[in-house]
Amino acid sequence: MNTTFDFEKPIADLQGQIDKIKQVSEKTKVDMSETLTELETQLARTRKDIYSNLTGWQNVQISRHPERPYTLAYIEMICDDFIEMHGDRTVGDDKAIVGGFGTLNGETVMFIGHQKGINTKMRQYRNFGMANPEGYRKALRLMKLAEKFNKPVVTLIDTPGAYPGLEAEERGQGEAIARNLLEMSVLQVPIICIIIGEGASGGALGIGIGDRVLMLEHSWYSVISPENCSAILWRTWDFKERAAESLKLTAENMLKNKLIDGIIKEPLGGAHYDPATMASTIKDQILKDLHKLRSRDIDTVVKERIEKFCSMGVVVE
Amino acid sequence: MAWFKRDKKGIITSTEEKKEAPDGLWNKCPNCKKALHYADQVENKYVCHYCGYHLRIGSKEYFSVLFDNNQFTELFENLHSGDPLEFKDNKNYTERLQESYTKTGLKDAIRAAHGKINNHDLVIACMDFNFIGGSMGSVVGEKIARSIDYCIEHKIPFLMISKSGGARMMEAAFSLMQMAKTSAKLALLSKAKIPYISLLTDPTTGGVTASYAMLGDINISEPGALIGFAGPRVIKETIKKDLPKGFQTSEFVLEHGFLDFIVDRRQMKNKIGTFLQMMKS
Repeated sequence: MNTTFDFEKPIADLQGQIDKIKQVSEKTKVDMSETLTELETQLARTRKDIYSNLTGWQNVQISRHPERPYTLAYIEMICDDFIEMHGDRTVGDDKAIVGGFGTLNGETVMFIGHQKGINTKMRQYRNFGMANPEGYRKALRLMKLAEKFNKPVVTLIDTPGAYPGLEAEERGQGEAIARNLLEMSVLQVPIICIIIGEGASGGALGIGIGDRVLMLEHSWYSVISPENCSAILWRTWDFKERAAESLKLTAENMLKNKLIDGIIKEPLGGAHYDPATMASTIKDQILKDLHKLRSRDIDTVVKERIEKFCSMGVVVE
Repeated sequence: MAWFKRDKKGIITSTEEKKEAPDGLWNKCPNCKKALHYADQVENKYVCHYCGYHLRIGSKEYFSVLFDNNQFTELFENLHSGDPLEFKDNKNYTERLQESYTKTGLKDAIRAAHGKINNHDLVIACMDFNFIGGSMGSVVGEKIARSIDYCIEHKIPFLMISKSGGARMMEAAFSLMQMAKTSAKLALLSKAKIPYISLLTDPTTGGVTASYAMLGDINISEPGALIGFAGPRVIKETIKKDLPKGFQTSEFVLEHGFLDFIVDRRQMKNKIGTFLQMMKS
């Protein structure tokens, strides 16, 4: 891995020692297998310790790992066939949200997701996963298309937020997101939403209304990014760790607060350590949930979707 | 050299003789800086009679401007915030709430009421900016949701008056989900074919714009109101350029097709009344 976070240093150190011993042992032909086994056990234990006790901020860091798989990578690994569709039929084609029909074990599913770039050039092309109103309108067009042909919708969420630009305001960023919230809450096909990385605010929620809302283990979901939260409350980015704790943005906290329906376990260390396993876990989860949702009357499914979101919030009377 | 000279320096009126001007009797127009008398403000629906500037007002004033004879029944009065996340920045959220209760006399950033406009029944939910920046947390979402249920049950049109900086950070993801909640309820209101008027007032931004405020059968506003998704400061930082004059004003939003009309507060009641009449007949 090219990117190692501070909290992963003990792992990197142990790995370094192991590599060194292997080299020495090869050169000198001295048997060091006992030391190696010991170190490897220690490494496994350290990894498990570190990754099962991550702070909110450390989770945020993993969710942004540059090698973490993005929407199109998952679609490619999950689907037998996939046809990408473009454009909102009004203004243009947003590159930060992708979508199209794919087949999952023979069943056709509409996939829609935020897309980040895999290198500097592509990151710019994808606008860092920050969609303009066209992106949300393209998403809605595709959802309506899925509804028309009675195909379920799966959305993959990974955005640092909706794009706060001048043209985005001119073309009604607020209206585009609002419209999606309303339309998705009554869409007459099952919807599964999975937060695969960053779930920041309205930009995430804009494709996030579903019968099953799931989070990958190390993803985060909240009303604002920890940096911006820190900037507003303390006028500086320096308190981002504290903000990440306060916001309770981890999958675990979100489930505890009944704001999501489930957590999808990641390979140890995060999805980027083993994208293929991650993809196959996601695929199994989608198939399982689709099967359950498909077996029920769609009116009941939609009614329960609305009731679920309407029950969220804590008020005192 | 000065023509007149002061004999005695400093203020010499003794405290007992000091004349107190009752607090809030006079107010300065933030736009033209002229002094406005309270009675004139009320008379003129809180619009500056010199320059036409629409003063920022709260639910109490909007109810008095819109409801016939200022008569209404307040709904779901006793809802207030919990602290589900035990949120703490420089202050505990519970402390912040207590301070706001004392300062504003309000229970949260929204009040809902049932009354009549030109004899048409109407439910109004109106946000109060004084209460933690009019931020949308669980109470705001819940009151809007219940108001919509009430409208569906009694077949009464709904007017939402938005005035907010966006979602309430201290309730984090709970606040975010209020966007989903209110939008889902509005879908049901729409299905029931009950008119929904969204009035966006100064300022309406963030998650409020990206949910119920933009979902009216008609979206209307007052002159000169700030309306947007991202705040002007954030956009300026993103594009690293100065923003064009008049950017994100209600006039700008009307020009770009997201408002049906802008109405002067002094004509608002009649215009809404006419719309309600049209929807009836």
